[in-house]
Amino acid sequence: MTPDKAKRAAQFIEAVPHAKALGMKLVKFGDGEAEFTMGYDIRFIGDPETGVIHGGAVSALMDMCCGTAALSHPDNPGGTATIDLRIDYMRPATPGQTITAKAECYHITRSVAFVRGRAMDGDPDNPVATATGTFSVEAK
Amino acid sequence: MARSQPEPVQQVKKRRDAALNALVSGVPYIQFLGITFDRRGDELTGVMPFDEKLIGNPLLPALHGGATAAFLEVTAIIGLSWSMLWDDIESGALEALAGSDAPLPKLPKTIDFTLDYLRSGLPRDAYARAHVTRSGRRYASVHVSAWQDNKARPIAQASGHFVMPRRDG
Repeated sequence: MTPDKAKRAAQFIEAVPHAKALGMKLVKFGDGEAEFTMGYDIRFIGDPETGVIHGGAVSALMDMCCGTAALSHPDNPGGTATIDLRIDYMRPATPGQTITAKAECYHITRSVAFVRGRAMDGDPDNPVATATGTFSVEAK
Repeated sequence: MARSQPEPVQQVKKRRDAALNALVSGVPYIQFLGITFDRRGDELTGVMPFDEKLIGNPLLPALHGGATAAFLEVTAIIGLSWSMLWDDIESGALEALAGSDAPLPKLPKTIDFTLDYLRSGLPRDAYARAHVTRSGRRYASVHVSAWQDNKARPIAQASGHFVMPRRDG
């Protein structure tokens, strides 16, 4: 993918209202892989006692990152929508730290893209969550 | 033996609504998404009013899968906590939920959450109800489904597993 195309993709993806509302930033896009970051924000807290981010915010980041990976695959001609998504939460994200999500589309057919992803905080060897999903492949 | 008088209805409603409010209003992310809960007896319906910031595809437009996911997860956790606390709410044992300063009971923690996206979410209000399939001392299994105009045409459903908070005083 040309740097120009990746830049346009980043502009388009970061303009998605829900991604914008959650402050998601696209770090990597292309060849079936995507990477996003989401900064810590007190509005996203799910457990007021500990300040840990809500699982729903992590799910939104995972859905966005996995969907973008499906979109970035060279065999995907057009749009995509989530068919299913499973998230496993290994541990609470450390309050105050940015969450990074990485996803790869490891297989694609004419109609379905298969994607897996993981989310990390400041400790990249110890994922916060993993995700597996299937996404529709839509004609342009 | 004389039967005790039933509690006045206003008092019952006030206690239950205060408990629900304490449970929901303390979580910033629920407020951020604008989710509220409608209560009829012990039945809760999550309501996520449409908002521009929930959009995922501006061309259609459609709700973001992540917003739908969060809505289902919030509804599952609140529904599960509600059923876990119901007996204590009714007996008045939960002072924290009746508006005092005592700390709130801990919330269940999600182990995994599996979502099925059934239809694209339209730019309008969404509703969801959780069903606690099994709630044990350590783990619980919850199913939740969301719809918009027509309950028979759900936009998404999910099932998840949760670790229950320890309740040893």
